[in-house]
Amino acid sequence: MPTQPVLEVRGVRKEFPGAVALDGVDFRLFPGEVHALMGENGAGKSTLIKVLTGVHEADGGEVRLAGQVVRIGGPLEAQQAGISTVYQEVNLCPNLSVAENIFIGREPRRLGLIHWAELRRRAAESVAALDLDIDVTAPLNSYSIAVQQLVAIVRAVDVSAKVLILDEPTSSLDRDEVRQLFAVMRRLRDQGVAILFVSHFLDQIYEICDRMTVLRGGRFEGEYLTSELSQVELVARMIGGELSGPAEPAGASRAEPTGPSFLRAEGLARRGAVEPYDLDIRSGEVIGLAGLLGSGRTEAARLLFGADRSDQGAVRINGEAAALRSPRAAIGHGIAFCSENRKSEGLVGELTVRENIVLALQASLGWTRPLSRSAQDELAIRWIRALDIRPGDPEALVRNLSGGNQQKVLLARWLITEPKLLILDEPTRGIDIGAKAQIQKLVAELAGDGMSVLFISAELEEVLRLSHRVEVLRDRRMVAELRNDGTLTLERIMETIASGATS
Amino acid sequence: MSTGTALSALTRRSRGRLPLLVTSALLVVMFTAGSVSYEGFFSGQVLLNLLIDNGFLLVVAVGMTFVILTGGIDLSVGAMVALSTMVSAWLVQLHGWPPLLVIPLVLAIGTGAGLAMGWVIQTFEIQPFIVTLAGMFLARGLCYTISVDSISITDPTYTAMAQTRIPLGDLFVSPSVLIALLVVAAAFTVLHYTRFGRNVYALGGSEQSAQLMGLPAGRTKIAVYGVSGFCSALGGVLMTFYMLSGYGLHAVGLELDAIAAVVIGGTLLTGGSGYLLGTVLGVLVLGLIQTVISFQGTLSSWWTRIVIGALLFVFILLQRLMTGRRRT
Amino acid sequence: MSSITGYRVLRHRLFWPAVVLAALLVANVVFTPDFLAVRIKDGHLYGSLVDILNFGAPLVLVALGMTLVIATGGIDLSVGSTVAIAGALACLHISGSPDPGGVATVLTAVALALGVALVLGAANGLLVARIGVQPIVATLILMVAGRGVAQLITDGQIITITSAPYKLIGGGYLFTVPFAVLLAGAVVLLTAALTRYTALGLLLESVGGNPVASRLVGIRAGGLIALVYVVSALCAALAGLMISSNVSSADGNNAGLWIELDAILAVVIGGTSLNGGRFSLGGTVLGALVIQTLSTTVYTIGIPPETTLVFKAVVVITVCLVQSPVFRAKAARRRSRARREARPAAPEKLEVGA
Repeated sequence: MPTQPVLEVRGVRKEFPGAVALDGVDFRLFPGEVHALMGENGAGKSTLIKVLTGVHEADGGEVRLAGQVVRIGGPLEAQQAGISTVYQEVNLCPNLSVAENIFIGREPRRLGLIHWAELRRRAAESVAALDLDIDVTAPLNSYSIAVQQLVAIVRAVDVSAKVLILDEPTSSLDRDEVRQLFAVMRRLRDQGVAILFVSHFLDQIYEICDRMTVLRGGRFEGEYLTSELSQVELVARMIGGELSGPAEPAGASRAEPTGPSFLRAEGLARRGAVEPYDLDIRSGEVIGLAGLLGSGRTEAARLLFGADRSDQGAVRINGEAAALRSPRAAIGHGIAFCSENRKSEGLVGELTVRENIVLALQASLGWTRPLSRSAQDELAIRWIRALDIRPGDPEALVRNLSGGNQQKVLLARWLITEPKLLILDEPTRGIDIGAKAQIQKLVAELAGDGMSVLFISAELEEVLRLSHRVEVLRDRRMVAELRNDGTLTLERIMETIASGATS
Repeated sequence: MSTGTALSALTRRSRGRLPLLVTSALLVVMFTAGSVSYEGFFSGQVLLNLLIDNGFLLVVAVGMTFVILTGGIDLSVGAMVALSTMVSAWLVQLHGWPPLLVIPLVLAIGTGAGLAMGWVIQTFEIQPFIVTLAGMFLARGLCYTISVDSISITDPTYTAMAQTRIPLGDLFVSPSVLIALLVVAAAFTVLHYTRFGRNVYALGGSEQSAQLMGLPAGRTKIAVYGVSGFCSALGGVLMTFYMLSGYGLHAVGLELDAIAAVVIGGTLLTGGSGYLLGTVLGVLVLGLIQTVISFQGTLSSWWTRIVIGALLFVFILLQRLMTGRRRT
Repeated sequence: MSSITGYRVLRHRLFWPAVVLAALLVANVVFTPDFLAVRIKDGHLYGSLVDILNFGAPLVLVALGMTLVIATGGIDLSVGSTVAIAGALACLHISGSPDPGGVATVLTAVALALGVALVLGAANGLLVARIGVQPIVATLILMVAGRGVAQLITDGQIITITSAPYKLIGGGYLFTVPFAVLLAGAVVLLTAALTRYTALGLLLESVGGNPVASRLVGIRAGGLIALVYVVSALCAALAGLMISSNVSSADGNNAGLWIELDAILAVVIGGTSLNGGRFSLGGTVLGALVIQTLSTTVYTIGIPPETTLVFKAVVVITVCLVQSPVFRAKAARRRSRARREARPAAPEKLEVGA
């Protein structure tokens, strides 16, 4: 391995109003290596990549390219400096031909006009150089996402072949497509390209990467050779937390509910989102979904709510077959869902707290059967008090509330519909400690009163504390079910996430 | 006719060609039906008259094509045409300015107004629809501040442009037709053979991608409104040649005709896909509808609008089906 | 804390439209001192204010329907054509009837016009809600074809009719007040009741404000969206009846020309964002009156009436700039820079990502 890194970052710091996204992060990338950037939500991976590609400007620290300190002012400058990025969502123009996508902005010209024959010839050469079989004259959108991804890589390499950043390129690819992508990556690596690879799939990381840098909470956790760090150790370094002793249960009684099954999913699946899984939820039971980001936890939950349609499997509710084709159908069966994206998928920001609280109930009544204003006020005030929503003004605009209070508004919205199954996706992410404790306590109480809860969280401690059972997901597969009978430890959950098997 | 060769050139790039094929077929069917039904319909001059009568629409629609390809819309074109006729008539007729000075000035005004609207759209991220609507109000209003009445032009240069017939064998065209065809040729070259043209398509395909690929997305967006402004002004100049007057009520509803021509020509209203030659076909279809209705005699002129509306409906459904299929 | 109440008044959504309207009225008083005078002559109210209300009534109606459409994030360009079609149909029916002055004839004519408008609105709604065509495109079709249809109905002529009951709609008086004003007022109240005493308003604002979240709470957006296009067409048809009744004739070519633009303008001035979400019927009414007053003012001051368009252009651009988030952000950045020195910014949840 060469001694000088092609790209080196030292002590980079990036602050956003009210939050430090990166704090003293170091990072080295050598020519001819595939380097994984690892970290959970909020670890700072995206921010670091955005600093490297010039989307964000760092507040401190330095970026060196081939030993020279550089300032990267934007995506174009990054490209010119030799750093190209391929994002999870293909950032090409689907309406243009493959050849044009590779060369747009750099078209070969003759007498000031684009030389199409030359452009196609060169595009075909670039594609062939990576052993790909693509008709460069066809429009990009006639190809699958995987091929589009590869075209993006061809463009990136063609623009500048020093550093290639691949930001979650595999998240929507199937196995064969991933294999094809890896073949291209290996070829480029052997040509001396430095590749920064971000993926949520541990197996892929261990298959393709030589080294990895782990970030946690915006800080540099460490740099390791892939061969010297076991998957379990990696997960522990990404998640942090202590690895000792069974967690203290939050509810008074941890006795597993023995009531009848409320919902049973059999072989439920959606292509490209989650592999077939079985799940049985009893009344009064809290089921935790544990797994790394991108492991399919949200996707699995969305199928149960009809937010996405399943293409395989069946759901039984109270023993009877139920078709969960739309959220409306799921709501009819007493299922409620708080999305992890509070702002974009939950709240209507310009409406008031009261209006947001009554929205789900009103939607199920239809517009012709309005809740009277006094009934709305009463509901709003009751739940503002019960959940301690601040400010306590039902007429405050919901977008002006803090994250924790917004989350409580969403909870209130669903609780007034008296659901039988409440699906909570990351309900405590990004909210303050007080609100977090309140929400955890509420979940335990609701289950005590007989409500089923499906609890998704990246914080394993929280999952362990609240759940009767923990379902572990890994690489879009439900790999294990762990009973929280008092002996379950964080360590064991992490091991299961890392190894994919019950140990 | 050249429809066949134009078509083969067009069909090379697949996708989006279905509406274009439909439009070409429509054109052929309408012309054939007209020739069979009406005496004197089947003549080259009828075809050339299509261009003579719709030269200004063609030029305006060319500009509109640029805007719609980026996914935008320009409602101000009709008003800009009217303003151009008004300014021309006012300066030439009432102030005695030489046409050689007035015409460049008018073109500069149009381009400037277009660029200004583009700048507002780009800088403040306001919907193009509302900004160009304001432009439309402003341009029509300015017409009336110049004069509420129509101003006739008797300047020899203008009358010469109106009356000159350029012979083509037994047939003839007007100078305006040549100008319009020149604009089409130039616009075709720009769209298909220059980086600016390809950036227009890229912008319509995905603005975010265009930015991340390092293309000058903002500048391109402003420029297409400039192009549209220029084309409207030039369309106004051609209309002045045709009408020999300036009037604030000239070209009322022309923006709708231009949009219809672009859509019927197979350009997606969401941007990113379409051909300039399609727009030419679209304009010819609109012209042919008028010709057929005038030959028919008993059908009234308002049928034009209804038929255009029906065609729009069909083509928009067609677009919807195509884009819908693409998504799955 | 009186500064807070002052701030509240300043931030009230009706504040700016009201200020503009008041300013226009004051300007008029300066030019014509007896502008605000209202007298009763022959048992009818007379005066400039009454005229503004009377001539503004059709615009108020059209803008009302437009407000609901815009609240869902859509737009309806076809209202002008609907105005023309409704007027043409009614006049055609009355002129062809053996008893043009009969109440039954007029009622049938009104029902006919409203019935056709219902179909037109449903067609728009179907295209937008079911087939998923962009609203601006879907309604463009009817905007283009509708003028032709209106002229087809009138056979390109201006149909003139003599019918006392029909004249009442747009030119008559009831209880000394112009009937058009009463009718528009009634429709405003009805729409307000429809949106605010049912859950329609809330659900529309939710669909326009956040379509994704609305789907996830189980709102059936399709039906609601189709409904607003029907309401918009009905309002336009009523306006069309008023306009044709006022002049006792139907003109397929010019009736309701540009009214869609005035209506959009009224909605925007009234503080409803073109992006959808929160809407204000009161604001729209004020907006429509601002536009009507503007026309009247230009007329009374002696500027050629056609130049009103220039003023409208200035108003559109100003209002849109003020509503533009980018423009606001630029202004806010300037303000917050001053504030940041006073106190540190509150911690805010950030999309830091992974």
